[in-house]
Amino acid sequence: MTPPVVDVRDLRTHIVTRWGTVRAVDGVSFAIGEGETLGLVGESGSGKSMTCLSLVRLVPRPAARILGGQVLLDGLDILTRSEDEMREIRGRRIGMILQDPMSSLNPVFSIGMQVREPVALYHRLRGAALTDRAVALLAAVRIPSPAQRLRAFPHQLSGGMRQRVVGAMAIAAPPRLLIADEPTTSLDLTIQAQYLGLLKELQQRHRFALIFVTHNLGIVAKICDRVAVMYAGRIVEMGPVRRLFTRPAHPYSRALLESIPRLGVRADRLAAIEGQPPDLARLPGGCAFAPRCPHVMERCRVEAPPERPVGDGHVARCWLETPA
Amino acid sequence: MPAEPAAFALPETAAPAAASRGWRLPMFPLGVIGLFLLVALVAPLLGLPDPHAQSLRNRFKPPVWEEAGSWAHPLGTDRLGRDMLSRIVWGSRISLSAGVITVLLASAFGAAVGLTAGYYGGRVDAVLMRVTDATMSFPVILLALILAVTVGPSFTNVVVAIAVILWARYARVMRGQVLTLMQLDFIAQARLAGAGAWRIITRHLVPNTLGTLLVLVTLQIGYVIIVEASLSFLGAGIPPPTPAWGSMIAEGRDVVTSAWWVSLFPGLAILLVVLAFNLLGDWLRDTFDPKLRQL
Repeated sequence: MTPPVVDVRDLRTHIVTRWGTVRAVDGVSFAIGEGETLGLVGESGSGKSMTCLSLVRLVPRPAARILGGQVLLDGLDILTRSEDEMREIRGRRIGMILQDPMSSLNPVFSIGMQVREPVALYHRLRGAALTDRAVALLAAVRIPSPAQRLRAFPHQLSGGMRQRVVGAMAIAAPPRLLIADEPTTSLDLTIQAQYLGLLKELQQRHRFALIFVTHNLGIVAKICDRVAVMYAGRIVEMGPVRRLFTRPAHPYSRALLESIPRLGVRADRLAAIEGQPPDLARLPGGCAFAPRCPHVMERCRVEAPPERPVGDGHVARCWLETPA
Repeated sequence: MPAEPAAFALPETAAPAAASRGWRLPMFPLGVIGLFLLVALVAPLLGLPDPHAQSLRNRFKPPVWEEAGSWAHPLGTDRLGRDMLSRIVWGSRISLSAGVITVLLASAFGAAVGLTAGYYGGRVDAVLMRVTDATMSFPVILLALILAVTVGPSFTNVVVAIAVILWARYARVMRGQVLTLMQLDFIAQARLAGAGAWRIITRHLVPNTLGTLLVLVTLQIGYVIIVEASLSFLGAGIPPPTPAWGSMIAEGRDVVTSAWWVSLFPGLAILLVVLAFNLLGDWLRDTFDPKLRQL
């Protein structure tokens, strides 16, 4: 097997707040290979975004700090790099696309100036060669008449178009790892589908590893190879998409899958997960999901379950899956 | 764009009308400011009498339309027989340059402080903003009087005294703007693309705050001209015999019932210029940055 592009080991990021220390990322480990897509799902506040920001070392300081673990990018730990080296890595080797296309472009510069900037930076191009490359990038993200669009300003483009421009800038290097933090949440459905298709296509061409953060399980099923379910800062279950969707091992994943409304199935009430997401500053001693778990046992409340394999490439943190 | 359908012709015809509506230039303020600027620039070429030349025989000559007036001194003469028009023209150099230089110094420094505070946040922000608050609580006139008494009144001291206090306002406004901008994704996106502090500040924060800065600068030029005139009026500003509008008003103070023109014309000059800058500032604000109504 080829070595993974990114190998995250026991990553810990804590946030110090007035109400206590929040373990936003609490021992997260995963690895993604070339051309592979990992879906990161979970409720709001489960640590998905904080995990991604930790990978590029842009957690909101001074409150948040990466306390431990390793992030190996092509075998080298980026958590031990200097800030200058890190700036070289961001954009060039790890690209990221954020959620809100409306504010992700600088309103005072034309598209051309903004797309040229990373290209000039990463490839040391100038003049006509630079413009050609920028046009090619816009064409790669399926922007119609890209040469004309260079002169447009962000407010003259629709949300979907802007998100494509952001995508074009993110793959300018092209990076080894692309992190997409809910990039389609604010796009409408048809545009969403187009954008996802585009991401897949770009991935096939450039072979980057892709982390796709979302709470839309439909998207996960569509574009991800594997999926990691996060709860309270931990990956509670991770495995190949098909397997995890058909045979979820963790009660939380099961509940997530059941909460998707289905066509043709009449339900007076939508299935929801009982209770509230936990207060991350005051987590219970054992399994964080125990207070909401329908299968909770005595052991769950006192001892946190370790990660155990439950199938081929499929792991879960649950006592139910662990023979006692 | 090649072969666009006819529907796209509509905005083309509508566009010029909309553009002219949005870009109706404020003729009065621009005219007044332009006139004073021009006159100040070419003052030596206007063939006016020396503003310092005294003539005791021609003391308190009234303006030309009064019975005793003459074209030799269109706006009359002052207590020492100096030509009022010439003194107002030369005085415009003092007032305008004091206004512009002070505001440029204050805005450059204040903007730098505001950008730094807003960008770095945390302790840096807290320290810089407390200094800013302290500065804002200090009266300009008092500082200028202290400088005038200790170092002696001069053009430089006036500029320094005002700029040393005035920057705080820019720092406040810039910090507020930066804090809003920092919430937007394009700043995060820039950082994700590997941009450092300098790049983010110069490429993303400064261009997005220039409009606000321009509005504030214009509005403050008028204010600085008034402060400079007040200081000169109090004798803590530009020292005589250099013609400055504020000290000219002061010189006519005692004779305002008999030789009203000595105070009135410099006063009118201040009124016109300050009004023009304020109107221009209002227009810029409404055009570029309608969010700034409270300024």
